[in-house]
Amino acid sequence: MPSLKELSKNADLFTGGHRACSGCAGPIVIKQVLSVAGPQTIASLSTGCMEVVSTIYPYTAWNIPYIHVAFETAASALSGVEAAYQVLRRKGKVKGKWNLIAFSGDGGTYDIGFQGLSGAVERGHDFLYVCYNNEAYMNTGIQRSSATPRGAHTTTSPAGTVIPGKKQFHKNLVEVIAAHGAPYVAQAIPSNWADFTRKVRKALDTEGPTVIDILAPCPLGWRYPSNKTIEVARLAVECKFWPLYEVENGKYKLNYRPRKEVPVEEWLRLQGRFAHLFTPENEHIIKEIQEGVDRRWESLLEKCG
Amino acid sequence: MALSSWKELPIGTIITEPGNAREFKTGDWRSQRPIWDSEKCIHCLFCFIYCPDSSIKVNEEGKMTGIDLDYCKGCGICAEECPKEAIHMEIEKR
Ligand SMILES: Cc1ncc(C[n+]2csc(CCOP(=O)(O)OP(=O)(O)O)c2C)c(N)n1
Ligand code: SF4
Ligand code: SF4
Repeated sequence: MPSLKELSKNADLFTGGHRACSGCAGPIVIKQVLSVAGPQTIASLSTGCMEVVSTIYPYTAWNIPYIHVAFETAASALSGVEAAYQVLRRKGKVKGKWNLIAFSGDGGTYDIGFQGLSGAVERGHDFLYVCYNNEAYMNTGIQRSSATPRGAHTTTSPAGTVIPGKKQFHKNLVEVIAAHGAPYVAQAIPSNWADFTRKVRKALDTEGPTVIDILAPCPLGWRYPSNKTIEVARLAVECKFWPLYEVENGKYKLNYRPRKEVPVEEWLRLQGRFAHLFTPENEHIIKEIQEGVDRRWESLLEKCG
Repeated sequence: MALSSWKELPIGTIITEPGNAREFKTGDWRSQRPIWDSEKCIHCLFCFIYCPDSSIKVNEEGKMTGIDLDYCKGCGICAEECPKEAIHMEIEKR
């Protein structure tokens, strides 16, 4: 595992001067990925917060070859880049190995870009796909996605007298991609940089399509103070809402087991998007969320054997 | 990348200077300022790996050398995550 000292050598691949909100986890995720990948990297990024904040014309925070692509096309555009790269390599026109990495939000991954991602994984392109998952369509003002957790308030699942926030549980992307037979799929968190950077390394060293879904807390949409980003991330793992695990050629492995029982309520309480749940009429939803988390955790443990 | 008119846009609106967002200083967004105490710092670099704004300066030897206020937006993550309380936040006065 590389040390933080080694990772700091690649600090300038994504520069300051981008316009993400103060305390946004998105740039933390991108920086952690590039710190491992290094300068021989080509990135695609679909429309969404990270694209909007990092490439406001004529500025770019990317210090590597980078292509901004339409909302639904992070994976399909990079498929084309990969196909071209393989041809150029065969003809001896590119030197050395390049990492190809697609970045996209959860809207761009779980929803609108899903068929593009599914197709790219099925075709077997050799790249890493990183979903920085802030659990809603943040760039257009916090709309629900299929990654938004049950109970969360968004502008299209507004908590009020009609509904108490989002009614459905979130989709499990890692399971869906694992079912495609991808050689490596993992779930990660920026607060555990050692686990995440190891996963990025492993994914880049794996031939074929690899996918990492990393939770990226958003102070604006999740409604918590900007200095709590890492703490909110950490607690998502401790309460088992967001287990750290990987699936390598169909084999499941749990990467971290929380030491003590943390009720999911503690994680919910940190975030304003769940504030409406802490009322007598909505308390039962917290119980249902806990049951959902427990169910998924048990099923994951079974798969990890 | 100074452009005087749209006619100078490169084809595909390519940005020809990688990393030129550096020219755009976001430090003036800040309402709180991080203060670093080098005496307390153990150079673990947690503040570096968790900083969203490339504002933690690290030298060749892997030592933290200070905070780049040109970009720091004052989120306070570094102060929150420092295991030695070597960073604290103060209200920004301008
Ligand atoms: C086809 C299409 N539909 C809608 C939009 C408008 N739009 C731009 S960004 C965005 C949300 C992106 O959400 P997500 O992928 O979750 O990334 P985030 O902004 O949350 O980081 C939407 C709906 C678009 N650009 N293209
Ligand atoms: S809205 Fe959220 S995801 Fe988007 S830049 Fe702001 S903090 Fe980051
Ligand atoms: S987190 Fe604290 S102790 Fe560690 S390098 Fe930063 S200032 Fe120093």
